[in-house]
Amino acid sequence: MAGAGGGNDVQWCFSQVKGAIDDDVAEADIISTVEFNHSGELLATGDKGGRVVIFQQEPESKNQPQCRGEYNVYSTFQSHEPEFDYLKSLEIEEKINKIRWLPQKNAAQFLLSTNDKTIKLWKISERDKRPEGYNLKEEDGRYRDPNTVTTLRVPVFRPMDLMVEASPRRVFANAHTYHINSISVNSDCETYLSADDLRINLWHLEITDRSFNIVDIKPANMEELTEVITAAEFHPNQCNTFVYSSSKGTIRLCDMRASALCDQHSKMFEEPEDPNNRSFFSEIISSISDVKFSHSGRYMMTRDYLSVKIWDLNMETRPVETYQVHEYLRSKLCSLYENDCIFDKFECCWNGNDSVVMTGSYNNFFRMFDRGYRQDVTLEASRENSKPRSVLKPRKVCTGGKRKKDEISVDSLDFNKKILHTAWHPLDNIIAVATTNNLYIFQDKLN
Amino acid sequence: AFPRLNPEKAEEAKLKARYPNLGHKPGGSDLLRKRLQKGQKYFDSGDYNMAKAKIKNKQLPTAAPEKTEITGDHIPTPQDLPQRKPSLVASKLAG
Repeated sequence: MAGAGGGNDVQWCFSQVKGAIDDDVAEADIISTVEFNHSGELLATGDKGGRVVIFQQEPESKNQPQCRGEYNVYSTFQSHEPEFDYLKSLEIEEKINKIRWLPQKNAAQFLLSTNDKTIKLWKISERDKRPEGYNLKEEDGRYRDPNTVTTLRVPVFRPMDLMVEASPRRVFANAHTYHINSISVNSDCETYLSADDLRINLWHLEITDRSFNIVDIKPANMEELTEVITAAEFHPNQCNTFVYSSSKGTIRLCDMRASALCDQHSKMFEEPEDPNNRSFFSEIISSISDVKFSHSGRYMMTRDYLSVKIWDLNMETRPVETYQVHEYLRSKLCSLYENDCIFDKFECCWNGNDSVVMTGSYNNFFRMFDRGYRQDVTLEASRENSKPRSVLKPRKVCTGGKRKKDEISVDSLDFNKKILHTAWHPLDNIIAVATTNNLYIFQDKLN
Repeated sequence: AFPRLNPEKAEEAKLKARYPNLGHKPGGSDLLRKRLQKGQKYFDSGDYNMAKAKIKNKQLPTAAPEKTEITGDHIPTPQDLPQRKPSLVASKLAG
């Protein structure tokens, strides 16, 4: 069966699944972010318990050159801990909202991880040698009595079992009154931005005691608040440009060369709405939950509740492409409002050459849209399709009338099984899909 | 347009039928302010210290052991707040 994903003959296969099998999910195990690094060799996840797990792809084995390496645990650490702000009576969750990798500059890897209030820069380094043969210390670390030392020797480095260490190198705290929803590393590799509901700050990676506020949409009177910032990202190669999306479905592009405070946007992207079609739900479902630049920097993608839109940065008046993720939910908005699902924040991602986009849905379904071939496919992340290298069968939701065999009706969808976070390897057809507490890795079939 | 032809409007009619007092500004201030207030707990150090000062030698009323919610006249004490500790268990993804 043909499937979208770069050519109409791409088939997706199960590769691996990480996490516990049992249905009883502890809140701490809920996955809250997934991100490949710039080479795709490392895959990081963050969870509600404030923990980060990093997987590393094994190098391709010489015996099976056609088989891509598996992802195995490389490092895991507690990034953030729960805090209580007594002054404001605020509980600060340890949940990792976002992880962003820095481009690699030396042997070590660096990533930024953030919870609602604090961003941390973590260094992940390997140690595969240790010094042996000290004069004043025994091998187990105990100090020798200097009187017993009769000869001197030069300590040498000897190989040891690989140890991967994660250490917090910077803590960027106390700059956000509201909850951080995004972080984005600048292409200059020196600065990054952090965005909360009402403000965006610019940081230098070396400086933790100071940050510049570059966007502030807080009204003088909070009664007049009409929209919040939902996501922000730096342009992939123009270091002066960033965008931020809002709960009203608009995207503003800002140029930091224009002024220190970018409250005035350079461009505003908004699709005109037919006032006759406006309903109670219109604004809520137009709220943008994610914004991502294409790798080329020419386009950006936004995700709202029911669709994915591709915008050409040269055209502010409307998107160039719109893809319906699960249009059948439009006639279920009342229940989705009552059970709060209408506020779910789905993310979206591009493949390496910007030809395919992917986003999640309910019932552990995820969708891919091939922009060139104008094809889309719905796939499912489930333990039932988890035989090694088994090809995933496209799924179909029946929207009314007679349900065909193998179709699932809208009313049978499990709205507790949400795929909010997905990631695409920057160079290869390997994807990471997070269900509530499991991480699935799929790859395209190599022949 | 008839609500029947527009699924969104039909859903809106359903919602208004269930909740007749629903405000007219759905995406407006109330919703947004609720979002901005996430994480708010009831312990107020000001209330607590003022209550301590007023009562002086008397004991502050504390929550009965069975009660899990702090409501009404009861002044929460730091002991009432659930202790949030970091998870000491490693992530199951690394298992």
